[in-house]
Amino acid sequence: MKRLWSMIIGFLGVTMFIFPSIVQAAGGGKVANVVIVADPRKVHGVLAWWANLYNESHLYFTLLTIIIVPLIGVAFGFLADFIMSAMGIDLKSRELAEH
Amino acid sequence: MDWLYITMPIAGVPIFWPGLIILGAGVGIIGGFFGMGGAWMVTPGLNILGFPMAFAIGTDIAHMAGKSLISTMRHGKFGNVDYKLGLIMLIGTVVGFEVGAQMVMWLERIGSVEKVVRWLYVFLLLFIAWMVFYDVAKRKRKEQEALRAGKQVDKLATGIEWHKTLHKIHIPPMMHFKAAGIYCSMWLPVIVSFLTGWLAGILGIGGGLIRMPALIYLVGCPTHVAVGTDLFEVMISGLYGAATYTYKGRTELLAALIMLVGASVGAQIGTVATKYIKGYGIRIAFGWAVIGCMISVVLKLIPSYVPSIKSTCDTLATVVVLGVVSVLSLYITVRMVQGARKEIASKKQKLVAERGV
Repeated sequence: MKRLWSMIIGFLGVTMFIFPSIVQAAGGGKVANVVIVADPRKVHGVLAWWANLYNESHLYFTLLTIIIVPLIGVAFGFLADFIMSAMGIDLKSRELAEH
Repeated sequence: MDWLYITMPIAGVPIFWPGLIILGAGVGIIGGFFGMGGAWMVTPGLNILGFPMAFAIGTDIAHMAGKSLISTMRHGKFGNVDYKLGLIMLIGTVVGFEVGAQMVMWLERIGSVEKVVRWLYVFLLLFIAWMVFYDVAKRKRKEQEALRAGKQVDKLATGIEWHKTLHKIHIPPMMHFKAAGIYCSMWLPVIVSFLTGWLAGILGIGGGLIRMPALIYLVGCPTHVAVGTDLFEVMISGLYGAATYTYKGRTELLAALIMLVGASVGAQIGTVATKYIKGYGIRIAFGWAVIGCMISVVLKLIPSYVPSIKSTCDTLATVVVLGVVSVLSLYITVRMVQGARKEIASKKQKLVAERGV
């Protein structure tokens, strides 16, 4: 069974990199090849740093994005969890009502 | 009122940030409830806010990755995610999507296919809507017949039962999907996901709108598990999509994060609402979402025959999509609040009764 799982996951990983158009499955559409440059003079502080990072390296900007997006999502998700639990809503189970 | 606007660091344009939060929350509620990414709802919303369209897809996918992660975690805790089924379906989705995308490119070389693709999308949505409402009507008929016979219809009974026929195909390897409660050939989810992926590839859409009903009617998942498992797929493709679009420089990170603030809360509301709304309630609401999406696609098709009314049709399409988002998210929130109130009240009653004893 372990072998089957490693095969499935390995296959998925390889396929996604061989067929990058699968990312369309997340939202659709193709990206035109246009170079965009951010203007850091319009913003200050963290935003200016983001704009500079974007201009200097898309790779680092990507790394920042894929780290920060799940982190912020989980943080606010937990905050909503905390509020709903404090209200008395059971967030761990639900009755399977029907199909 | 300048404080209500924030300058986007990359696009350099000021954007009304509360609008991004509201849009994120609305799409988060619907996404968490129906198990889809909802790109068809985000783009018109971003358009209205004056968001640069060059960044629309990347920003949408980036916020969707975070939002679907939250929803998947919550659905997972409710036991609504069949991870094994999700991973197996991902194989078919990936291959099917690629085949579909390549097919469109091949068709484009022959001639313009845009109109054909849009019409195909309309017919597909029409079929899904018919399937949902036919299923609801059939189940109601079953209930009435059982009532007349003095019996009660089985809680797990459904109107359309195509999956039962498909489960009879015993091509090895046979697999048991615990969370979905299905025992079938591994090839069934692989082929279904290949077909839904292929259609999504041809239509250039995310595919949640097709995959969710396919999981219910063809694979035989209970509605809640179909929602959770679909979100699991959206999460994986969303994370990968966020990385690749950002690498191409097409993500406005600040906008994605602002949307995510609303979406992560909205996704929790949508997911928790599935606790209080029965499977068929979700199916009916989904049917209406599909109809809303179909009307907006038809409105985008009309100008190709009558170009003079293009701007009117575009405005109408935006109004329809945003109207659907507002009405559905409001309905889901109200049902969630009502359900939570009931749950809290019954807990209090139990506590009072225990103290009384």
